[in-house]
Formats: sequence, C-alpha cells, structure tokens
Amino acid sequence: MTGPEHTDVTPRRKGLTRRQRRGLARGTQYAVFAAAVTALAVAADWGRLRNQFAQADIARQMFPDVITLALKNTVLYTLSGFVFGLVLGMVIALMRLSSVGPYRWLASVYIEIFRGLPALLIFIFVGVAVPLAFPGTEIPGGTYGKVALALGLVSAAYMAETIRAGIQAVPKGQLEAARSLGFSPARAMVSVIVPQAFRIILPPLTNELVLLFKDSSLVLFLGVTLQERELSKLGRDLASQTANSTPILVAGLCYLLVTVPLSLVVRRMESKAQEAVR
Amino acid sequence: MSRPEIRVRALHKSFGADEVLRGIDLEVGRGEVVCVIGPSGSGKSTLLRCVNLLEEPTRGQVFVGDAELTDPDVDIDAVRRRIGMVFQQFNLFPHLTVAENLTLPQRRVLRRDKAEAARVAARNLARVGLSEKADAYPAALSGGQQQRVAIARALAMGPEVMLFDEPTSALDPELVGDVLAVMRMLADEGMTMMVVTHEMTFAREVADRVVFMDGGVIVEDGTPDQVIGAPRHARTRHFLSRLLDPATAAVRKEPPDRVGHGD
Repeated sequence: MTGPEHTDVTPRRKGLTRRQRRGLARGTQYAVFAAAVTALAVAADWGRLRNQFAQADIARQMFPDVITLALKNTVLYTLSGFVFGLVLGMVIALMRLSSVGPYRWLASVYIEIFRGLPALLIFIFVGVAVPLAFPGTEIPGGTYGKVALALGLVSAAYMAETIRAGIQAVPKGQLEAARSLGFSPARAMVSVIVPQAFRIILPPLTNELVLLFKDSSLVLFLGVTLQERELSKLGRDLASQTANSTPILVAGLCYLLVTVPLSLVVRRMESKAQEAVR
Repeated sequence: MSRPEIRVRALHKSFGADEVLRGIDLEVGRGEVVCVIGPSGSGKSTLLRCVNLLEEPTRGQVFVGDAELTDPDVDIDAVRRRIGMVFQQFNLFPHLTVAENLTLPQRRVLRRDKAEAARVAARNLARVGLSEKADAYPAALSGGQQQRVAIARALAMGPEVMLFDEPTSALDPELVGDVLAVMRMLADEGMTMMVVTHEMTFAREVADRVVFMDGGVIVEDGTPDQVIGAPRHARTRHFLSRLLDPATAAVRKEPPDRVGHGD
C-alpha cells in the first residue's frame, strides 16, 4: 500500500467509478437477454407449435425404428464415409507434400474442387454421373458404398488439408532424428511423423466426423429403400404420413444425441492438449 | 592415429548465396575423440550434419568407414545406421516411452526381434543410468535425462561413430555434468566421436584433438593443449577469451571473416 499522500493525488473522475461502470455493463447485458427471451416467449404461438411438433403418441410410434433402423443407418453411413475419406485424405495429404510436382498439383486441384462444391452436388454426381460413366458396373456395397463414396469424396478434401497441417506441425527435428537412426523417408513418416500428426489433429478430425454425421442426411438424394432410411429421411417420411412434424423433432434430437457428446469430447481433447503444451 | 573412421575432403556447403563451409579437410581416426569449437555461425554444426548427410554438401566428399556418403548411389540409410547422432534438442519421440524410443528404431530399421530389441534397450539404458525410467514418457524427464536417453537410443543401434551436436547447450547448467559423464564413458570405451561443443573443460580433458572453426574454415587443429592451452591464431585466442570470461567482453566490432549463418 502506498502512503495516504498518494491517495490524495489519485485523479478521481467525476461520474461513475470503475466498479459502478462494470456493474452497469453487466446489468445491461442481463436486461437485454431477459427482454429477448420474454419477447420470444410472448410472441411465439406455443400451442400450435406443440400441436405440430410435440405429439407424444406420434413420437412413441417412431420407436424403436428411429433408433434401430434410422440412427443405426446414419451411424453406418457416417462411419463408412469417414473411413473412406480418411484413407483418401491421407493419400491426398501425402501427395500434397510430395516432391513430385504432378502429385502436388493433382492434390491441390482435388482439394479445391471438392471443398468448393456443395456436398449435395457430389451426392447427385455419385448417384447419376457414376452409373452413366461406368455402365454395367455397380459401386460395391450398394447404397452404403455410394454413401461412403460421396461422403468420402467430400470429407477427403477437408481431411487432406487437416492431415497435411498436422504432419507439418511435427517438429523438423523428429524427422532428422529418425533419418539419423537409419529410417527411410517412408518408414520415418509411418512410424514417427504420422502417429504424432494424428495426436495433433484428433480434435479437428472429430469435428469432421460431426460434420459428416449431419451431411449423411443428403443420402436421400441417392434414393434409398425403406430399410436403408436414415434419420432425416425417416423423419420426413413419417412427417408426411402423419401430417405432423413431430418426427422431425425426434429425428433432430437423435442427431443431437450423438453430436453433442462428440463436441464435448473434442472440447475436452482441446483443453487437454492446451495443458500438455511442453 | 589408426585408419581414419571419418574423412572429409574439400567440403563446401552453401545455403543459397551464403557459403557456410568453405573447404573443410578433416580426418577422425578410429577411437579418436575430436571436439569442434568455434563461434556461432562458424559452420561447425553444419559440418557435423554433413558427416551423416542431414545436410547435403554442395561440393566435396565425406567418407565414414569405407563408405562414401557423398556418392549419389550410396545406400544412405544403411550408412546412417553406423553413425549415431545426438541433437541439441534431444529429439526423442514424444509419443513413445523411453524404452519404446530405444526399441522402435531397432525393430523397424535393424529388424531385430522384440526380445532382442528389449534386451539391447535395457542394456543401453543401464549404461546411461536410466533403467528406472524405461516406462516414462520423455516429457516426464529432465533435459539431462532426455539427452541421456537420446544417447542410449543412438547406442542401441550399435554405431561405429557418434556425432554430438551441442549436446549440452539446451540444458540447465546443473544437468550438464550427467550428460558429459556419459560421453566421457563412451570416449573411454574407445568410441569414435565428433563433438560440437562449448564445454571447454570437456574438450580439454576428453578430446584427443580440438578443431577450431571460424568463417567456414578450420583455423586451428591440434591437441587440446595446443588449441585451447596455447592457441597460435588471434581468432582462436579472441574466441577463447570471450568464452572463458564473457563478462570482460566489451562491445566491439565483429571478428573478421565471420559468416552470419546461425547453426
């Protein structure tokens, strides 16, 4: 503490003190929030919303199909697309880092095209153009194969960039140490660099999984059988059957059932990575 | 000196327009310990990195044993197995435990089986006094311990030559001794060693020869007593006086012939 003579010369502004201003700022923010919530609550027609979206008996009829069929298919589509995309993305990332020019260009072109196109167009392309281009051939795995292909083509472009960034984030000394021990470039990449890169990019890769989970709804543009329906398609079908939107709400909640925990996992991984900075 | 284990002939290295090595000739005999000293930017680390081709020489030749590393057709991975390298920043693999750091290169590069690799790893960890850290991850070790693991990792490959690139420069002063003790042990066992260092006491006591580099050339090459004890060249004397008593250094002009490349 300084002596009393210092407090005497402390410049005192007229008007609000720092503490008062802070209190006012916070109070204003709460007030705006409360006003917005109240306005929404008053303005919306909750009765009609409840009728259209929250019919308990319609929701009950959806079980167990919505879980055993639709959610299961959504998960399967997502995972198959993710695995295909991861493998393709890895290849493209390595091509991007290649010392061979044409590989680098090809990878760049792929990434720019598939990041620049809406996923919807890719699905239509896979559904229409691929059968046209290769008449008589079937994409293996039926609808699952097509979805894996479409989702994989889209996600590979994003994952390639993520993987490339991860590989480049591994310190240069790691490659030098591996090479000095006699690892060939390829073996050093597989045994030393890539395992470290994946640790770095686990959070963004999981985010990609969440995005794919939602994009799997685009499968309805491929045309699916009843048994191949996933959450969005089932929700829409049941909504038109029952002339009520409750199935949409239920399907939506099913998405959140998966995406929210995944997002939490990502957040935990990120804060853990922050702690582990050495 | 017995038959040279390392031979460097007319070695030149440029980074762009920056000529870092300007004609180096150097031989290191089998079992000999050579310390390379010199101001930062003198090219000493680049020289060491050229010896296992982590840097590709612009001109000149490098031989280790009977293999010419600068021959474009040489199997560089095979030659590097005979050359251990220890880095200033340790460069342990952070995703592996200490033991795995030692076994992975043996398994993947030398194709040793699991039991053999584990046995060699345990023996070399014991040599550097870190047997009890086998299951720890590098991040849990002090810098001095990490560097000793890095030495053990290189030794586990059974090298004929060891290169040390400022192995103690990144360490807290109280941790330097343990690492130097391991290096001294290796020297006593007859390992051929090339050490870039600022540790004058180590150079004086352990080295068979000391090489002083400045401006990309070897200025002085002789026994520790000659080079450190009674340097003939003004540049060597200037460097040593700055190193041994940095507090006396005044703000003065750069010594002549300095190449401004960080190493």
